[in-house]
Formats: sequence, C-alpha cells, structure tokens
Amino acid sequence: MLSPIPVTANGTPPVFYDDGTHHPEQGTLLGFWLYLMSDCLLFAVLFAVYAVLGRSYAAGPSGADLFDLPIVAANTALLLFSSITYGFAMISMQHGKKSGVLAWLAITGLFGLGFLSIEIWEFAHLIHEGAGPQRSAFLSSFFTLVGTHGLHVTFGTIWLVTLMVQVNKLGLTTPNKRRLVCLSMFWHFLDVVWIGVFTFVYLMGVLP
Amino acid sequence: MSADHNHDHSHDDHHDDVGYHATVKGYVIGFVLSVILTAIPFWLVMGKVLPTPRVTAFVILAFAAVQMVVHMIYFLHLNAKVEGGWSLLALTFTGALVIIMLAGSIWVMFHMNANMMPMADPQVMRNMP
Repeated sequence: MLSPIPVTANGTPPVFYDDGTHHPEQGTLLGFWLYLMSDCLLFAVLFAVYAVLGRSYAAGPSGADLFDLPIVAANTALLLFSSITYGFAMISMQHGKKSGVLAWLAITGLFGLGFLSIEIWEFAHLIHEGAGPQRSAFLSSFFTLVGTHGLHVTFGTIWLVTLMVQVNKLGLTTPNKRRLVCLSMFWHFLDVVWIGVFTFVYLMGVLP
Repeated sequence: MSADHNHDHSHDDHHDDVGYHATVKGYVIGFVLSVILTAIPFWLVMGKVLPTPRVTAFVILAFAAVQMVVHMIYFLHLNAKVEGGWSLLALTFTGALVIIMLAGSIWVMFHMNANMMPMADPQVMRNMP
C-alpha cells in the first residue's frame, strides 16, 4: 500500500530549500522603479548636453532674450497642482472610492493638458520668432531636453486616460491599483525632472 | 509599503497589497514645501535679489536639490524600507552615475572649449586649413 507521505531511503522526510516565501510581492513596482531610474539617466544625459551647449548661441538669441519666466512659473504651478491631485486620487484609491479616483484623475489630466498646451504654445512662439531648434546649439539642446520632458508628459496623459477607462470599466481591481501606483510614480518622477528643467534651463538661462 | 513586512494575514483585498500607504497629511506637507521651495528661486531670479549671478545660480541649484528630496520623500514615498531597500539602492547608484556623468562631461567640455578658443585675428582664421 502506498504511503501518502513521501519518504526517502532512510525514512526521514525530504527537506525543500525553496519554500517559496522569499519572492517579492510587488515585483512590478520595483521593476517600474528601475525603469524610472533608467529614464533618469536619459534625462541626465540630456541635461549634460544642455550644460555643455547651453551658452553656444551662434550669435542668436539667448535664454535671457527668449524665456518668459511668468509663463514658466505658471507651467511649474500646473505640474505641482497635478502632483497633489494625483496624490488625492491615490488616497481615494486606498479608501476604495472609484468615483473619487476618476474625478481626481480627470483633474490631474486637465492640469497635464494645461501644461502641454502652454508648452506647445511656447515652442510654436519660439519657432515663429525664428528661434527654432536649428538656430543654435543652445536651442537644439533646449528643444531636445524640454521636448523630451513634454513627450513624457504627453504619454503620461495618454496612460492616465487609458487607466480612467479601465478603472471605470473594471473597477478598483488589484491589477488596476497596481497600474495606478505605477502611473503615480511616473507622474511624480516627471515633476522631479521638471524641477531640474525650470531651475537649470529657465532660471539659470536668464541669468547673465 | 510601510506595514507590509510581517503580514501573516491574507492579503486578498488589503489596501497595502499594491504599494504604499499614502496620507493626505503627507501630500499636503510635500505640496506646501514644494510651493515654498519653488517660489523662492523664482523670486531670487526675477527680483535680482542676490548680488551676483554666480551666487544666485548656486543658491537656486541648492533649492532644486532640496525640492527633489522633498518630492522623493513625500510624493514618491521613498525610504530605506521600500522594496526591502532596493529602491533606495537603485536610486543611490543612479545618483552616483548621474553625478559622475554630469560633472565629468561639464569638466571635460569646459577644458576643451578653453583650449580650442578660436584665434582672435580673422586673417589667421581665414588661412586655416
């Protein structure tokens, strides 16, 4: 008759070294954090390019001629507001309030769109004035750095709308919560990059 | 991710199962600090408060560094315990790389620019190969 307990030759029960308890429970979040760190390196390289080329005006306009600090301040305020409204969406998520999450996400998305509108207007204005990316090394590196950040905000906004649809359709399921946490990290990370942009590019750009 | 380390209860629909435990207080503190740390650099530059541009640049860079730390703590909820410390370790490693890369690039390119200054005499420039 077969015994239900597995036995080895000398009768002692087998020992399993892998008991399955050490697996990380939130591997996605650590993985997403590592992605953000690689994105951070990408931005660091673009910052380095701007640091090297940011004063090469090629007899063209300088940052002091072009940058409009009140508009930059408005953009900064929009991103900062969108950070705290995303935070409120996370708190609604923790309380399981689907309508609260959707409302705060919508407000966050509107702030994101406001930021993008101002930035696109600013870029169009610069190009219209003849200060496009082909004018000087300074403007090439400026458009690359600020444009890359703007592209990230664009994709973040698309992701945000996608998540709103998913939360609306499927509710606050565990996968949806995980996605919301990932987007929150992405969104706050973009705000951290913007601190570098407004300080290093705009504020230091208008200094003589 | 604060109280997640010794949970022996089932984690089916517990709110900590997808990440950190955010609080309104934390976000409001982070927001107020960020507003202050943003407003001061704008005021320093737009009001030309400090005597020289070099001093202003150093001061606003310091404000930016502090504000980045504030965002990491209050918005990204980073501390030494998140993901068993791996998040902070990855950030430290990235920070070291970024500092080496930024400082190295600026240093090398500054010296290259200084050593490759174009000659002042246009006649000499014209006869260059």
